[in-house]
Amino acid sequence: MSDLKRTPLFDQHVARGARMVPFAGWEMPVQYDGVMAEHQATREAAGLFDVSHMGQVILRGEGVAEAFEALVPQDIVGLAEGRQRYGFFTNDAGGIEDDLMVANRGDHLYVVVNAACVTEDVARMRAALEPRGIHVKLVETRALIALQGPGAEAALADLNADVAGMRFLDVATHALAGAECWVSRSGYTGEDGYEISVPEAAAELLVKTLLSKPGVSPVGLGARDSLRLEAGLCLYGQDIDAGTTPVEAGLVWAIQKARRAGGTREGGFPGAGRILDEIANGAVRHRVGLKPEGRAPMRTGVPLFDAETGGAQVGEVTSGTFGPTVGAPVAMGYVADASARRGTRLWGEVRGKRMAVEVSDLPFVPAGFKR
Amino acid sequence: MKFTEEHEWLREEDGVIVVGITEHASEQLGDIVFVELPEEGTEVSKDDEVVVIESVKAASDILAPIDGEIVEVNAALVDEPGKVNDDPMGDAWFFKMKAADPSQMDDMMDEAAYKKFVG
Repeated sequence: MSDLKRTPLFDQHVARGARMVPFAGWEMPVQYDGVMAEHQATREAAGLFDVSHMGQVILRGEGVAEAFEALVPQDIVGLAEGRQRYGFFTNDAGGIEDDLMVANRGDHLYVVVNAACVTEDVARMRAALEPRGIHVKLVETRALIALQGPGAEAALADLNADVAGMRFLDVATHALAGAECWVSRSGYTGEDGYEISVPEAAAELLVKTLLSKPGVSPVGLGARDSLRLEAGLCLYGQDIDAGTTPVEAGLVWAIQKARRAGGTREGGFPGAGRILDEIANGAVRHRVGLKPEGRAPMRTGVPLFDAETGGAQVGEVTSGTFGPTVGAPVAMGYVADASARRGTRLWGEVRGKRMAVEVSDLPFVPAGFKR
Repeated sequence: MKFTEEHEWLREEDGVIVVGITEHASEQLGDIVFVELPEEGTEVSKDDEVVVIESVKAASDILAPIDGEIVEVNAALVDEPGKVNDDPMGDAWFFKMKAADPSQMDDMMDEAAYKKFVG
């Protein structure tokens, strides 16, 4: 694994007995004690995740919000200082090139993108923004950690009481364990929690301090995946990609009024024609929740049919696993419009056998955000 | 007790061969959430895929370690797949086989050799 990059927390993961795996060019902890235990620890108390592999980007310059709107269908101009929102880069066909979190930190935008897409995303932002005088900087000297779960607030407030006053999707700079940290009240688990960008030299102390708090456990990428799936959140490259539109993906909620038809800054992002048309007229397929009726998980690539024998293929699973909190298998995938209504019974073909699965709402587990 | 390179153990008991997976395999697989067993009475050949197990992470097959007939399966695992993590070398055996040719087991590893094999 010599070509793989290591986060500033690598030695700590190994010391804590993590199983390290290659992930998007990085050597990352997939699990410590076991996926189920880590998943439950996050839902019941607090889980600490190293997500330093993700790309942290700072965009700075006059008119940065207007300029960034040329790349995404989100309302960035209207994003208040100290607030963050979910967004995505689109392409000319209306597909999703990557999803992201973007924060207005006063004199700059702070964008977090997926590890596997960092190179393309930075190139995309440089090409579009530098001609407009915007400086694009990939932050490579900070770790990124996430503290998630109902116990996250108490644990982090023990280091700095001010974090307790943050609401869901607030961002602020706070001193934590002696370091200047960029903190947001957000995450990828469906639980309340924080994501914390910390200078790499201070990351080890911050993590050690947090893990010394009661109820805080280290959690790997395995449980991160089962947590986000139960929360109905998309994994880029699996549930959304360059060939899926935001409307198909059920992400219209993330396209604010200002950018939609009739809005003050209607369109003006790649693929606006297709995306605005689909908002008005509907998409031909939809991302839906899927609950297998049996015990067998249905994973990525399982084809979905409208009959137990024969019939037509109406869709495909894009993510699936066993949901430890649900206590049963859970999945999501795309199905044709006619098969997308909640309660529709479909059949997934697993190892040559068709097994019943019910179309369900997402998320599978209610969100615990502090709004 | 004999061991295979596929991380199965075989134990002779009352004239049949009991088959399960090793502690090492169960640790590597992680939390087992699903077990699909063959039907009793199935004739199998060595390396046939006879059991499907799924962990939170992935699906894996368990292969028939020898030729023979599946004479009994551990149906309790279907309802409690987690037993495979709790007691892989004991209660959580998968199936019992009547061996067609017991000499197929002669070249398999003993416990010391298996321990060396997994390092």
